Amino acid sequence: MSDSKDLLRAPFELAYNYKRSNGPVMSKFFDALGKQTILGTKSSTGKVFSPAAEFDPDTYESLNDMVEVGPGGSVESFSWIEAPQKHHLIKEPFAFALIKLDGADSSMLHMIADCNEADLSIGTRVTAAWSETTTKRITDIKFFTLEK
Amino acid sequence: MSAEDIPKDYSESPINLEYFYTAGSATTRFLNQVKEGNIVGQGCPKCKAVYVPPRGSCPRCGVATDIEVPLTDKGCIESFTVVHIPIPGNPIVPPYVCAMIRLDGANISFLHLIQDVDIENIRIGMRIQAVWKPKEEWTHSLENIKWFAPIDEPDVDVATLRFHES
Amino acid sequence: MKRVAIVGYAQHPILKNAGALNEVELIMPVVHQLFNDLGISQKDIDFTCSGSCDYLQGAAFAFVEGLSAIQTNPPIKESHVEMDAAWAMYESMLKIQMGDAETALIYGFGKSSPGDLDAIISLQMDPYYISPLWPDRVSLAALQARVLLDQNVITSEQMLASVIEARANSKNNKNALITDLIDESDYLKNAMVSSPLNQLDCPPISDGSSAMIIASEEKAYEFTDHPIWIEGIDHRIESSNLGSRNLATSKTLQASMDQLNLKNIKFDVAELHTQFSHELPFLKSLLNLQDVPTNLSGGPLVGNVMMCAGLDAIGKTYESLKNNQFTHGLAHATSGPCLQHNMLVHLEAQK
Repeated sequence: MSDSKDLLRAPFELAYNYKRSNGPVMSKFFDALGKQTILGTKSSTGKVFSPAAEFDPDTYESLNDMVEVGPGGSVESFSWIEAPQKHHLIKEPFAFALIKLDGADSSMLHMIADCNEADLSIGTRVTAAWSETTTKRITDIKFFTLEK
Repeated sequence: MSAEDIPKDYSESPINLEYFYTAGSATTRFLNQVKEGNIVGQGCPKCKAVYVPPRGSCPRCGVATDIEVPLTDKGCIESFTVVHIPIPGNPIVPPYVCAMIRLDGANISFLHLIQDVDIENIRIGMRIQAVWKPKEEWTHSLENIKWFAPIDEPDVDVATLRFHES
Repeated sequence: MKRVAIVGYAQHPILKNAGALNEVELIMPVVHQLFNDLGISQKDIDFTCSGSCDYLQGAAFAFVEGLSAIQTNPPIKESHVEMDAAWAMYESMLKIQMGDAETALIYGFGKSSPGDLDAIISLQMDPYYISPLWPDRVSLAALQARVLLDQNVITSEQMLASVIEARANSKNNKNALITDLIDESDYLKNAMVSSPLNQLDCPPISDGSSAMIIASEEKAYEFTDHPIWIEGIDHRIESSNLGSRNLATSKTLQASMDQLNLKNIKFDVAELHTQFSHELPFLKSLLNLQDVPTNLSGGPLVGNVMMCAGLDAIGKTYESLKNNQFTHGLAHATSGPCLQHNMLVHLEAQK
């Protein structure tokens, strides 16, 4: 049964073209991204979440007070990928990173590119680089780069 | 406010995944026979039910279907539907008939096309037979059968096809 | 709470590529083995619950096909979780607590070989802010590893030790996929996948299946003379807002430990669903298991069947208690990025 040469195999692709409703809070966040502005939501205790959270995960308070954050921030953690995989959006060596934007208390997962692994450490300053066209998705931020 | 005035409040969220499907033992045995123009069902050693196409187990008994059961390409229509709307990407021009095909000697039916038939005349119990592609086009696929077409044999009472445990 | 025991567990040998077997053909042997070991049949099972992920197969409702592996006639009471089968075990436990069942069959199955596991796991993330970036599972784990290293919660020497120990312990596990021993120089030779994690810090792509039977006190002794009791079980999840979590600790595990009152229990053995090398020293320290033999099966680093490995941690703890005259065992299952969702199961052999 494990004789693999007799085994039938075939490639196939699974594709779903979903559209997702953004809702009132995330709509504001994505509309602003289209204008190269990053927003966060502020809780009654003054805590700012960016990307904009719809509720405070600790208190469950619903959030809709939008404040501007970034576009600079500091690296909270990162993982460096020397050999990107097929599904990765960046084809050169890059990092996934948690980035705490200036003015925010939570971090944003995004990518850091146009640099070397040795340039990065926890606390490194980075800033948003924008995509040429806007699709009102998180990928409107193309990636983050080292702050000049 | 017309639909066009409503601000776009959704994002495109496409998902693309690539797989390399492997058929497993039961399906490999079945499709290797289909490649040769044979339909071979698999039988349950306990209740004797015959499955085509087989998945390798009898869900009635929870055991492997390790008995090979050669079948003919004749059977009857167990149920059918007439498709009137075009389906994107489907080359077949409506109206056409999709039917559950119950091959003689099998205890389950499978979906395939019916052609060469007057749609007004199609009915449950109608006798049909496979119309195969030319042999040189055969692959590991039930698409080796272009469709099923009616044959001149008396209808079957499908109630008699109900499975009785032996 | 009603007393419930694990009465049997079976695991398919973990394969790199189970292409020659479809999912049904993977599940059937372990279910049959369990039934044969206990001398029972599906008719003795009140409730059946499975854990799997349809995206692994790339077919919607693929879990329904998995049911063909068991006898479903006459019709059975059945449920499924799109999660690790450890959560199918939790649901079964609830079913028994509610009085709806006395016995339950749990099975999990996963074939990661046909698809791109890294891409698939991206899809379990937040679909607005995270999935569109296609972060792979290794990179997400690496984010937590770096935080733990940076804050001196763990050391890179401990990560190396996790890998070497897992390989050494694979000798205890007849179903392990990876059994070759390695030393420090082998480890250091491996290229980074997503720094700070190299190839050996990550679990192998694995195919397989497992099954377990649990029963109420009344039924347990009908099935076996050696039931292993589920003394406590608790699972908790952290926020899906990854950037708001403190990755240097686990609020969920601390809460579960308090809930289960584990502080004063001297565990003899533990099996943790630690898929990456840094997670083992992290959880051992969080769960006060520094002196407790942990992952004697080698754990996920020597075989990591998606949707099964959590159930396997429970199953391996059960086997350890049963075969070694141990009294207390702790099992852990996880789901989600960076140990987001955790389950603890306290098992106890009868005294």
